[in-house]
Amino acid sequence: MRKNRKLSRGVALVGAGMSRFGMFRDRDSKDLFLEAFQAMTASVDKGLDPADIDALYLGNFTNDFFVHQSHWGAILSDTLGLVPRPATRTEGACASSALAFREGVFAIASGFYDAVLVGGVEDMSKGATEVVAEGLGMAAVPYEREVGFTFPGVFGTLATAYFEKYGASRDHLMNVTIKSHDNAARNPRAQLSATLEDVMAAKIKRAESKGRPVPSWPDARSFLRDPKANPVVAWPIHLFDCCPISDGACCLLLVGEELARNFSDDPLYVAGIGQASGRGLHASEDLTTFEATRHAAREAYGMAGIAADDIGFAEVHDCFSIAELLHIEDLGFFPAGQGYKAVEEGQTRLDGSKPINTSGGLKCKGHPVGATGAAQLFEVWTQLRGEAGERQVPGHPRLGAAHNLGGTGGTSTVTILERR
Amino acid sequence: MDPRPFTDHSFQAFLEEGKLMGSRCLGCQAVFTPPRAHCPKCDSSAMEWERMKGRGKLVAFTCIAIGPPSMAKLGYGRENPYCTGVVELEENARVVARIQGVDTRNPGAITVGMPLQVDFLQEESDSGSRTVLAFRPLHAG
Repeated sequence: MRKNRKLSRGVALVGAGMSRFGMFRDRDSKDLFLEAFQAMTASVDKGLDPADIDALYLGNFTNDFFVHQSHWGAILSDTLGLVPRPATRTEGACASSALAFREGVFAIASGFYDAVLVGGVEDMSKGATEVVAEGLGMAAVPYEREVGFTFPGVFGTLATAYFEKYGASRDHLMNVTIKSHDNAARNPRAQLSATLEDVMAAKIKRAESKGRPVPSWPDARSFLRDPKANPVVAWPIHLFDCCPISDGACCLLLVGEELARNFSDDPLYVAGIGQASGRGLHASEDLTTFEATRHAAREAYGMAGIAADDIGFAEVHDCFSIAELLHIEDLGFFPAGQGYKAVEEGQTRLDGSKPINTSGGLKCKGHPVGATGAAQLFEVWTQLRGEAGERQVPGHPRLGAAHNLGGTGGTSTVTILERR
Repeated sequence: MDPRPFTDHSFQAFLEEGKLMGSRCLGCQAVFTPPRAHCPKCDSSAMEWERMKGRGKLVAFTCIAIGPPSMAKLGYGRENPYCTGVVELEENARVVARIQGVDTRNPGAITVGMPLQVDFLQEESDSGSRTVLAFRPLHAG
C-alpha cells in the first residue's frame, strides 16, 4: 500500500453544528438536518452566504429501512434551499458520514469545489427496538446474520475473545461505561447527559413516586452489576454497555485552505485521513483487533507526519464498551492488551494522558448512525477551538482525532484535525 | 468432484444435505468455509470442494438475550437466550455458527477453547424450514 498520501490542496473546517440527539417521535430527517445546518451556519465566525456552498455530501446508513424513504441527498439539498446544487449520499454503515467527509475533502482538494457541506443524518426511533436491531444487522456480514448474530452479539463475541486473550473482565467494561457517563454529564448536547449516580437517583425517585419497591445501590458499579437495572443484551454485553437508539444530524463546512480565513477566525485543518476495509468475524485471524482500523490509522498518521502519541485526544467508535478498548489499542494509543489497564488507571479520562470520547461517546452522546462520523468531528472541532466548557481537554491540544467504524469492522476511518 | 459453483447458495444447499463444505485453493492450499470462488491470499480462482470433518474448538461466543424478530418467533429471548460463536475448524478455517447444547443462562460456564462438533440445525423461518450451521460440545449427546 502506498504510504504518506497528500492532498493537492489543503482543506479547512470552518463551521460545525449538530442537532439535538435523542428519540423524537415528532421530528424527521429534514427537521434534524436543518437544525444542524443552522447551528453550523451560526458557528461560522465571519458568516456564511449559502450561495457560497458548492455541493452537499451526506452520510446516511439506512433511513431506507428505518423510515422507508431513501434519496436523502436531494431531499435535504432542497430542505436547505441548495437546489440545484448537487448532493451525493455516501453509505458505509455506521461510518457513512466519515465517508461523506472524505468525499468533501477530495472535492475541495481537487480544486473542483471551494466550499462544500458534509454531514450525516439518521432517523432511527420510529420503529420497535427489534426493528432497529434488524436494520443495523444489515451491516453485518451475511454469514453472521444467518446464524443469528446481532450487533451487540458480535461485540459480545469480541469481548469474550479479548477477555480470554488478555485476562480482562466485565469489570473493565464498566470502567468505560462510567467514564462515558461522567463525560456526557458535562456535555449539554449528549442524549444521555447524566452520570450513573444521576441515573440511579432518577430510578429511585421513579420507584418512590410509583409506589414500587425502592432499589438501592451503594455505588455505580453495584448498579451495573444488578441484572434488573442492567440486564444482559448479548452476554457479556449488558444494557449499559450499549449506545442508545438515536435520531440526529450533524453538518460541517469544508473550504479550500487558502479561503479559510474568509470564513473563520479559528479554522481547523485536515491533517490526515485514512480509510480501510475489513472482514467479518469468520475471516478475522484475531478477534481482538480490527485490521481496518490499524490500516486507516497508519494512513492518517503517515499523511499527517505524526505518531499516535502526538494526538491530544480522540473520539472513537464506542458503539459498545468493548469497542472502545479495542479501538484505543488499534489506534496505537496503548499497546495491544493494555487498553483495559489504561482505562482502569484513568488515562482515558478528561484529566488523563489521552482523553477518549470527551463528548460521552456514542454511548452517551447518542449514535444516530449516519450522523456519527460527522458528530465525532464536531466534538474535535469544539475541543480544538477551546469551546468545550466543563469538559474542555486541558493543555490546548493541537491535534485531535476521530475514529469511525462501519459494520462489524468492514469500514474504518481515522480523521485528524489540526489547529495551527 | 462436485460441479457446484463456489457460492453461498451451494454452501447452503450442502448444509441442507448435512455437509459442511469449503473450497480449497489449488494455488496455495488455503481452505475457506463458507467457500470463496477467488482466493484473496494468492489471487487464484482454481478451487475444489472439500468436506470439513466438522470438528473444531470455540474461539469466542456470545449468548443473545435480545435477538431479531425472526429469533423471537422461535421462542428465544430474555428467558431463553441463544448462543452464537466463532469456531476454528481442524482444517484451520473459521466459521460463525450457532452453538447448541450449552447453558445459555449460565454463560460464564461456557469456555473458550472447548472442543466442538458440527450439528445441522433445522429451523423454521418466514421462507420455510432451513438448515442453520451449528456446533455442539464434542461427545455431549
